Amino acid sequence: MSAIATQSANLRSDALTRATRIIGRILLYGILIFMSLWFIAPLFWMFMSSFMPLEQVGVFPVEWIPRVWQPENYTDALKFWKFGTTFRNTMIITIFSLVGDIGSCTLVAYGFARFRFPFRDTLFLILLATLMLPFAVRLIPVYAAYDAIGWIDTFYPLIVPNFFGNAFYIFICRQFFLGIPQDLLDAAKIDGASEFRIFTQVMIPLAKPAIVVIAILSFQNSWNDFLGPLIYLKDPDLHTLAIGLYKFTSLPGQGGIYNQQMAASVMMVLPVLIVFFMFQKQFIQGANLSGMKG
Amino acid sequence: MATAFGSQFSALRGRRRERWSDLSPMRKREAKFGFLFIAPWFIGVLLFALFPFVASFVLSFTKYNIVAPPRWVGAEHYEHIFTDDPLFLKSLRNTAVYVGGSVAIRIVLGFALALLLNTKVRFLGLWRTLFYVPSVVPIVALSIVWLYVLNARAGLLNWFLGFFGISRIRWFADPDFAMLAFLIMSTTWVGVTMVIFLAGLQGIPEEYYDAAKIDGANMVQRLWRVTIPLMTPTIYLNVLINIIGAFQVFTQVFIMTGGAPRDATRTYVLHLFDHAFQYLPPQMGYSSALAWILFMIIFAFTAVIVASSQRWVFYQGGEE
Repeated sequence: MSAIATQSANLRSDALTRATRIIGRILLYGILIFMSLWFIAPLFWMFMSSFMPLEQVGVFPVEWIPRVWQPENYTDALKFWKFGTTFRNTMIITIFSLVGDIGSCTLVAYGFARFRFPFRDTLFLILLATLMLPFAVRLIPVYAAYDAIGWIDTFYPLIVPNFFGNAFYIFICRQFFLGIPQDLLDAAKIDGASEFRIFTQVMIPLAKPAIVVIAILSFQNSWNDFLGPLIYLKDPDLHTLAIGLYKFTSLPGQGGIYNQQMAASVMMVLPVLIVFFMFQKQFIQGANLSGMKG
Repeated sequence: MATAFGSQFSALRGRRRERWSDLSPMRKREAKFGFLFIAPWFIGVLLFALFPFVASFVLSFTKYNIVAPPRWVGAEHYEHIFTDDPLFLKSLRNTAVYVGGSVAIRIVLGFALALLLNTKVRFLGLWRTLFYVPSVVPIVALSIVWLYVLNARAGLLNWFLGFFGISRIRWFADPDFAMLAFLIMSTTWVGVTMVIFLAGLQGIPEEYYDAAKIDGANMVQRLWRVTIPLMTPTIYLNVLINIIGAFQVFTQVFIMTGGAPRDATRTYVLHLFDHAFQYLPPQMGYSSALAWILFMIIFAFTAVIVASSQRWVFYQGGEE
């Protein structure tokens, strides 16, 4: 009797835990789906409305699928926005900055990781401290200095600083170098390789994963930068994608052409998304490194 | 990085300073190469950090419009800021709202989402990607898209809120709602914080949870007694990074509202930027004073958080 009672009680509690687990899972996936929609909806709408006729963009309740697909929104947007010029300018700045960042940051990181010298730890502490210096404090003197040497309306202010290292990228790279076994270097030294040969032929190839992360962060930084090009580049022929897009949407009389604005936005976002989906793992790694490692 | 900072400090403490003359020729050679390798950064720090840091302090005591050389005015700007610039306080208050709100959103929502994704959920990679994608979108494009998300008449947000019976809010026309609109927009970047937290959560050894379960700890207790204490270093660093970032919020406000309506979204850096680059003649000296006050505020916050961290940040024994 009692055995049967406990068994049925067990069954009941089993069913109960199973039910709560199922409800829990439904709730969990419900929340995840809701949050995904929250994050994706604005981007999805940007993409869809870039193909919509203008009168559809402003309707309420919101419509998601173009009634008529209008790819000419893109060609129309290009009439007012020198996409080719701004794209080329952005590419020039991005590529040179990338080269500068990778070159300088691997060098400096290697210096901090592999050599003993007086004040090394103090200097590295200073490096970490510069991460906390607000850009607003540096903005004006740096601008004034560029103005004094005639660098306003050139790409130099956006490229040259990257050749002097970026504290955060140096930090990432140093952590990576510290993880490479000393034996490898000793072997190279015994073979008579010079310090620079060890650096370029042993360390750089080994550091490829860290370099890819730096490359992605650097690319994102230059491609998305707004404030820098805004103050340094006044000549429309030098504008970057970010500034071109901003100017396009704030042109007098263009304020209402939502579908073309969305088309223009898609054109700027697409390259970034392509790079993101190609190097997703490294993007996530980059975010992680910024947040926790060390 | 928080731990790196801490270990860097402790490495400095109690170490005998090496004198150059004490070094062996081998060590001297090594040190020379070390200096050579870090030279680019060292020059960079002098040019792009130390020089502007000092120069902006000096400039903050001058009237400077770029064209003419700076003219010394003493503490005039600071006096003006504290006694006669209503927009200083207003922009500081708006910024405080943004800092408090957006940091809370990023930490709480980011942590909650990371916890959800850490429950052996299916399609983990897919969810992570979906949450992360908006934060890689260039901020100019994002601002343009969010202008329509927040459009009063036909925007996505009002459409969504309509399902809950909330009537249309005129986000950027109503001073009471304009800053809230930017806070809602700041959810865009929650994915970054979430990814960081998720990696931290995945690093917590399963044994800790097993031990807690054997001791009879329920889910809430495991969260409070195991997960959160072990995550405090990550939480600490993210609070720090996000506060420093949030104090400098600029681009989206500049593009979307320019401070409107009635300066309800005028943030501190926007105020500073306008003085330096929008007003004619440019008031670079005044702007530098504003920048230095911002630096002091951020520094004070950083110092308080770093000092308090000893009380609430828990490092696992043995870890550096």
